[in-house]
Amino acid sequence: MIGNPLRSPDDLRLDRVAGPCAIVLFGVTGDLARKKLLPAIYDLANRGLLPPGFALVGFGRREWSDAEFTQVVREAVDAHARTPFDPDTWEQFCTGIRFVTGAFDETAAYERLAEVLAELERDRGTGGNTAFYLSIPPKTFQTVSTRLRDAGLAEAPENSWRRVVIEKPFGHDLESSQELGRAIDAVFPPEHVFRIDHYLGKETVQNLLALRFANVFYEPIWNAEHVDHVQITMAEDIGVAGRAGYYDGIGAARDVIQNHLLQLLALTAMDRPASLGADDLRAAKEQVLESVVLPDDLVETTARGQYLGGWQGGASVTGFLEEEGMAPHSTTETFAAITLGIDTPRWRGVPFYLRTGKRLAKRVTEIAIVFKKAADPLVAPEMLGNNALVIRVQPDEGVTTRFSSKVPGPGLQIRDVTMDFGYSHAFTEASPEAYERLILDVLLGEPPLFPGQREVELSWRILDPIEEAWSASGAPEPYHPGGWGPTSAERMLGRSGRAWRMP
Amino acid sequence: MIETLPDTTVSGISKRLVLLRAEGGATTLSRVLTLLIFSTAEGLEEAISAANFASREHPMRIIAIALPEGEDRPTWVGEVSRDARQRELGIGDVPASGLDAEIRVGRDAGAGEVIVLRPRGAVAVDPERLVSGLLLADAPVVVWWSDVWPSRTIDTPLGRLAQRRISDSGGFRDPAAHLTELASGYRAGDTDLAWSRVTLWRAQLAAALDNAPERRITGATVCGTPDSSSTMLLGAWLRLQLGVPVRLLDLPESAGIEWGIQSVTIHSDDADTVIERSRGTFAAITQPGHPRLEVPIPRRGRAQCLVEDLRLLQADQLFGRVLTAGVPLLLADQPEGER
Repeated sequence: MIGNPLRSPDDLRLDRVAGPCAIVLFGVTGDLARKKLLPAIYDLANRGLLPPGFALVGFGRREWSDAEFTQVVREAVDAHARTPFDPDTWEQFCTGIRFVTGAFDETAAYERLAEVLAELERDRGTGGNTAFYLSIPPKTFQTVSTRLRDAGLAEAPENSWRRVVIEKPFGHDLESSQELGRAIDAVFPPEHVFRIDHYLGKETVQNLLALRFANVFYEPIWNAEHVDHVQITMAEDIGVAGRAGYYDGIGAARDVIQNHLLQLLALTAMDRPASLGADDLRAAKEQVLESVVLPDDLVETTARGQYLGGWQGGASVTGFLEEEGMAPHSTTETFAAITLGIDTPRWRGVPFYLRTGKRLAKRVTEIAIVFKKAADPLVAPEMLGNNALVIRVQPDEGVTTRFSSKVPGPGLQIRDVTMDFGYSHAFTEASPEAYERLILDVLLGEPPLFPGQREVELSWRILDPIEEAWSASGAPEPYHPGGWGPTSAERMLGRSGRAWRMP
Repeated sequence: MIETLPDTTVSGISKRLVLLRAEGGATTLSRVLTLLIFSTAEGLEEAISAANFASREHPMRIIAIALPEGEDRPTWVGEVSRDARQRELGIGDVPASGLDAEIRVGRDAGAGEVIVLRPRGAVAVDPERLVSGLLLADAPVVVWWSDVWPSRTIDTPLGRLAQRRISDSGGFRDPAAHLTELASGYRAGDTDLAWSRVTLWRAQLAAALDNAPERRITGATVCGTPDSSSTMLLGAWLRLQLGVPVRLLDLPESAGIEWGIQSVTIHSDDADTVIERSRGTFAAITQPGHPRLEVPIPRRGRAQCLVEDLRLLQADQLFGRVLTAGVPLLLADQPEGER
């Protein structure tokens, strides 16, 4: 392709705008579509990042007309869009909204979808470029992708593209993830499959790369010589209400550790990638995941729990086993913590602790690098805490450094103080939502922020033995809502004289 | 909160700032840059409100300097003798030299803090000595001349100190003369708000050509009101990037367009690509082989332009090329007697 003379590399003002295209959204009535996807697509339009003839097609069982679906989109935008409503943007945006009624396995519906896409190509100039966003349960991936192929929709005509976007979970163990990968691969070539892990779209996570590799402060001490251990936490204060059916049998480890936390671990621990291109970045992450080793004793070095009912922050909450639709004897864990090692020269001997849970004290995600204490500090060592660097992923995105400082006054008393960088203080009032970034990347065909199939499989390889050990050891330990999980979580760190940070 | 400090000094202002910070907690931390605004007494509030808007994306310290009454051009930034400056400033008419100031924080300062300086008499002669003590430590300095024309800014110490110098040629009668003057003194780090005003047009034009990479382009026509430097910069950009003759068409003032660009046409062998104002903020895009589409291209206010400009603190090299190479080429394309 000949370059566009109006795009020059030193043009810093023109954003990369998606070329002509359409998004077909499966699962339009889901929570994710209403709260995140539809608003994010509108926000992209509002920021001028979608092409003039952009089209949005909803696909679902509802008997909706285009106008009714437009109303659904409008309600989602009004309730959840990040950017202020702009009547001009909306007027132009809503002319490209369509709805196709049909069940996921209904061949005729896919024929209607093909007609709608052809009409949009003619009247909106979408150029035949189409992204299929499957915001649907994984067990229906295969049905939908096969039907898309049978209707001739998966194959891109010349000079156009067809891409597919899938959401977690990518299987529930190594075997099922491989099966799923094969089913998708049979329809779409791997470079056109985008697996969304929305954590990777967050500014702070992307900033991790800048923090580590664009600065000189950190990389020299980012190793076993200086780092004592690493804690990666994702805590939620809510329960599973409404998702009981999905959650039972899955559990916190499969739901969160396998994807989000292991991705954060990979970005934290990886060596400098050769470039920020998708291949190099994936190679660097895969190298870390391949080097992960498990402790010999998988029971003492892990913890799992199940939240009880009771009072949490002034509200009465339901226990996990009493949630509506939950099997009363479910052994599914709502809290999971694991210990991992990384067998590379950089990290040998440094434990990585990963924990996640529901109904904990607050909603917070962070990566904490806890450093070794100074070897010869000139002051009484018992006054010293560990230096720490904390990357706050959400909420209040930013970085905190903790170090020791002299207390004012006579003598030499030492106390830990913090230095804080808040993203929202130094930069835009509101960073783009992770989904805005990721959807735009799909439309631009930029894969670096999307994990590949191999990363998914490597992550299951890490988690499968732990799940196996857990399934052999009975019910999870109950814990009270509003705290930091079961006592076994404290024990697993206490064994080595360490403790969880209070995020 | 607005605190007025009549007849004060820079160190008086600094002391108040430290106190206000101590009282207000950490509200004044994390400033990413210092923005110096030079404006007229009349234009100052509008400039400050645009800067306050921009401070929500770029938390900053804003230092707004009101040039003394009757001074619509800050000639003192050029090389004039001190005597001449003092004569021009009419120091004889001013009762006493001195400095009045205001500090605005909280609701009256967006997400930043504002220091308004109203120098009188001899104090106004050397703005560098006035503001040096108020600049943030270790943060970039941006100078914005709002409603005033910065003749020969580069030679001044302030011009050299600043990472970025923002002028605004929009609204001045003779865009060709103003752009030529900017070009003659151009230095990396200079920008002009008229350039930010055309970004949305440029985005649509670039997107239109994305769709037809192999089309052979033979020329272009830009039609706008004659007093718009944005029209001229857009033409100069097309001239430079496409390497084909670009014609500027003056839109008669009776055409109903208040100000700015009416249409852009890119000519090629087979057919034209046209983006033209259709109604309100909308423009229609027509190009061969594609349906006609309407897109909003809202007219950008100063605040939006400033936000965009502050987003890039490194030199805008493309603007430099458009200004120093594109504008002369464009002017040479126009028939004798029209420019």
